[in-house]
Amino acid sequence: MATTALPLEKTTHATHEMSFVRKYIFSTDHKIIGIQFLLMSFVFLLFGGLMAMMMRWQLGFPDQPLPAGQLLPETMAPGGFLLPEFYNSLVTMHGTIMVFFAIMPLLVGVFGNFLIPLKIGAPDMAFPRLNMASFWIALTAGILIMAGFFVEGGAAGAGWTSYAPLSASPEWTGVVGGQQLWLVSLAVVGLASILGATNYITTVVNLRAPGMTWFRLPLSIWALFVTAILVLLAIPILSGAAIMLFFDQTIGTHFFDPTDGGQPLMWQHLFWYFGHPEVYILILPAMGFVSDIIANASRKPVFGYHSMVYALISIAFLGWIVWGHHMFMSGMNPTLGMAFMMSTMIIAVPSAIKVFNWMGTMWRGNIMFHVPMLHSVAFVSMFVIGGLSGVFMASPPVDIYFHDTYFIVAHLHYVLFGGSLFAIFGAVTFWYPKMFGKLMNPLLGKIHFWLTFVFYNLTFFPMHNLGVGGHMRRIYDPSQYEFLQPLAPLNTFITVSALLLFAAQIPFAVNFIMSWFNGEEAGENPWNDNGLEWIVPSPAPHGNFAEVPIVYRGPYEFSSPLVEEDFLPQTRKLDSDTEPAAASAAE
Amino acid sequence: MSWILPPSASTFASDIDFLYYVILWITGIAFVIVEVGLVVFIVKYRARPGRKAEYIQGSTKAEVIWTAIPAVTVVVIGLMSGGVWNDVKGRNSVPAGAIPYGVHAQQFEWQISYRGPDGQLGTGDDFTVRNQLHIPVNQPVVMRLTAEDVIHSLFIPAFRVKQDAMPGMTIDVWFEATQVGEFEIACAELCGIGHTTMGATVTVHTADDYQRWLADRVAAADR
Amino acid sequence: MAHPAMMHPPARREIGADVYNEKLGIWIFLGSEVMFFTALIGAYIIVRFGSPEFWALPNQILNVPVTAINTFLLICSSVTMVKAFASIQDGDQKKLQLYMVATVIIGAAFVGVQAYEYTTLVHEGFLPSGYAAGSHLAELAARGELPASVSVYGSSFYTMTGFHGFHVSMGVVCMVFVTWKAFKGKYTKEDHRGVEVIGLYWHFVDLVWIILFTIVYLV
Ligand SMILES: [Cu+2]
Ligand SMILES: [Cu+2]
Repeated sequence: MATTALPLEKTTHATHEMSFVRKYIFSTDHKIIGIQFLLMSFVFLLFGGLMAMMMRWQLGFPDQPLPAGQLLPETMAPGGFLLPEFYNSLVTMHGTIMVFFAIMPLLVGVFGNFLIPLKIGAPDMAFPRLNMASFWIALTAGILIMAGFFVEGGAAGAGWTSYAPLSASPEWTGVVGGQQLWLVSLAVVGLASILGATNYITTVVNLRAPGMTWFRLPLSIWALFVTAILVLLAIPILSGAAIMLFFDQTIGTHFFDPTDGGQPLMWQHLFWYFGHPEVYILILPAMGFVSDIIANASRKPVFGYHSMVYALISIAFLGWIVWGHHMFMSGMNPTLGMAFMMSTMIIAVPSAIKVFNWMGTMWRGNIMFHVPMLHSVAFVSMFVIGGLSGVFMASPPVDIYFHDTYFIVAHLHYVLFGGSLFAIFGAVTFWYPKMFGKLMNPLLGKIHFWLTFVFYNLTFFPMHNLGVGGHMRRIYDPSQYEFLQPLAPLNTFITVSALLLFAAQIPFAVNFIMSWFNGEEAGENPWNDNGLEWIVPSPAPHGNFAEVPIVYRGPYEFSSPLVEEDFLPQTRKLDSDTEPAAASAAE
Repeated sequence: MSWILPPSASTFASDIDFLYYVILWITGIAFVIVEVGLVVFIVKYRARPGRKAEYIQGSTKAEVIWTAIPAVTVVVIGLMSGGVWNDVKGRNSVPAGAIPYGVHAQQFEWQISYRGPDGQLGTGDDFTVRNQLHIPVNQPVVMRLTAEDVIHSLFIPAFRVKQDAMPGMTIDVWFEATQVGEFEIACAELCGIGHTTMGATVTVHTADDYQRWLADRVAAADR
Repeated sequence: MAHPAMMHPPARREIGADVYNEKLGIWIFLGSEVMFFTALIGAYIIVRFGSPEFWALPNQILNVPVTAINTFLLICSSVTMVKAFASIQDGDQKKLQLYMVATVIIGAAFVGVQAYEYTTLVHEGFLPSGYAAGSHLAELAARGELPASVSVYGSSFYTMTGFHGFHVSMGVVCMVFVTWKAFKGKYTKEDHRGVEVIGLYWHFVDLVWIILFTIVYLV
């Protein structure tokens, strides 16, 4: 019973007689599901972006009605002027949508699905039907959360962190059903994430092709694997907390109600016990993709592959013992605060290792600046800023001043936009050929990159300075405070930059759609890469590999002295290579 | 676009500001090293025809160096921070003899209570002023911070003071103003529809002015 | 006409966890479940230590003997589950069916007793929000024979036991499916993954109950 050799893996890849619906809608093919997640996430990215634009308008031009704001109902923006309660909903929904329905599915849903089986040499996920279920559950959750805008009282308005008791009662927020939809949606999308993570972990552990040993896995797969473990263990904490808060709102429990024995601080502990691992869920896969792309573009092996793996693991591990750094000002025991400070400071170490090893990878390379590489270099340079600005908040005394100001808004956007989103743009461009069989247009790609890079920095870098000026976050009308009035021109500048940043995404959208139809044919291996996904046709066929690939080496053998070319695919057998031992053992 | 913190007016503000500038310098230097390094590599190692990248797997020595330097740096920052943190927020940091005030946060205002003639806070002769904190200069004061409904956060930028007001808890926040004048109080934690309007002012008096103000108030309360 | 990958099943693999996918998958999923119950139990511990005065003595509100019997039932169902698995390991279809049916019935009985317990408690005035106004228990509390409020006690009692009950119910639904397959003869001595997987889940749910019973009913 205890062998791996049960030849019974359920594959549902019948190539003929598959209707359109089975093939593209209710598909169990990991690649189609990945693309479904991609389209879904882009739609939510657009929604989240639009919400950000509305908030920026309010902050930059509070005296002028939102352009086309008259289209919004009276309950949101009478005469085109945003109401404060609508602003709170935008703050909340922008954060939630971007975290749970844009960045997380883009990193984990899209690339976890698309890359894992292809890169480890498997025909599909371990549980294809469960995989399909994950997508449809996630989409349902997305619809549920957006429904908040259409119910009485509007969408959730207690921030993406949803601190109790504000979030626990309509009496405090003025939001009725929206807050409940928010919680239900998070519990539902959590289920999708947990099912997905179960699938990814099983797949990576059990379905690696012969010779694909742990230390021959690409860093993208390592990162997705470690991320899946974080998802598996962190998301249920949020689900549990969300359920308790939901009961507080609906059936009258008192978990977070201080007037009747409950504890509001407990919400923060539960939320951030989930929340900090979540932060790494949102960045580790990006680190993985960037490692792959930088090695490819530099035509060099990843510098210190093993320490890159250990750094990933230690970041993931340390991520569990730092959650209190979000709560230095919460009234938590100050001595506990010191412990959280130290653990948080230590995380800088593996993060620094990663940054220097990426630089080490470029060092003495022969760097091609294809569009994925531009985004990857941007990732490294922006992630550095996000990492360094984190040191300010990690120091509790300095955090006294910066907590809940725009400094933290700048910090988190440097990590999640400058970091994750640049990596996503890079990864989409890099693997687009394998998804659709076409290359994205490099000129449009470069235009998109440079506009985004410039306006991104013009938008978010000055937010540090707002924070230095003491500008609170999540505030609807800064002109209320005298000490914030000198910052008004900066706010306007940021808003203009943000609008241009939004507009800068148009070339990407055009490129994405046009290349699908008219792009240059990609061929099997357009980037001369070593990974297993590049030995199959583009787009990759159902079932991926015509026969089980056999792996002879790691994924980063660029410019190896053993061969003439500057790359050496993992499956290419040299005379010096021997058959992997496991290959015969499992027969 | 300034990196200089706004003027400060409390005793521990200079410690906090100093720590901020230390971190600003350290992170600034790290930032320059990495970004300049990236630019140099981009230019120097850009692809040129006929060149091949060097086949390098890594270097343990280099990795040890760039593990050790950040590790030492963050530990030093941590130790420096720990000391200041203890002085400002530690359990026993409130100076003896600090004048107590009751600060009760609620949607969307600050109720500030003062000791009455009996010199005790929390007794019947206390008086309460909405959105106005009056304190003497060069004298430690301590806010007994509570919340009525949801979490608020007492933020006095000029004093480098911030503390969440948590329903169900009483949290002591102390500081000592070093300058006479008016300073703004803001709510830093999203607390509902009127969050943005939840401002107040601190007026720092000279010792004499403060006594006069207090006497006026007590007299007014008696009437 | 199947796909090439199916015609030559990918039997050659790196040795992973050395167990088949479904078994590995359920172990991983249970890891997630552990964290879910950790959140609920952790919240219970925090709230209980924070507000001990909201807790009544074990026997005052809850019916410990009935629940003890129910606990015994659930343990029995784990035993029958083990028997079911052992039977199909021997290739004994009849006994597999017998023990699966027994497990389903006992599992359903557990849910039934829990439903009865809830109904009684609600009837007496013990709600997730605390006492029901004007109820029997509220009167006892007014006389000082019970804590003045049991709000968070009710909250954590119903949330924890309720979610456990939900897990048991899901388990019963899945076991009905497995039993149905057992009657159709789908499990063999060589391949009975469904039985083993649901068995692992069932034992986990049983284990969680023993923890919950101890901390909610006994201490
Ligand atoms: Cu964190
Ligand atoms: Cu407030």
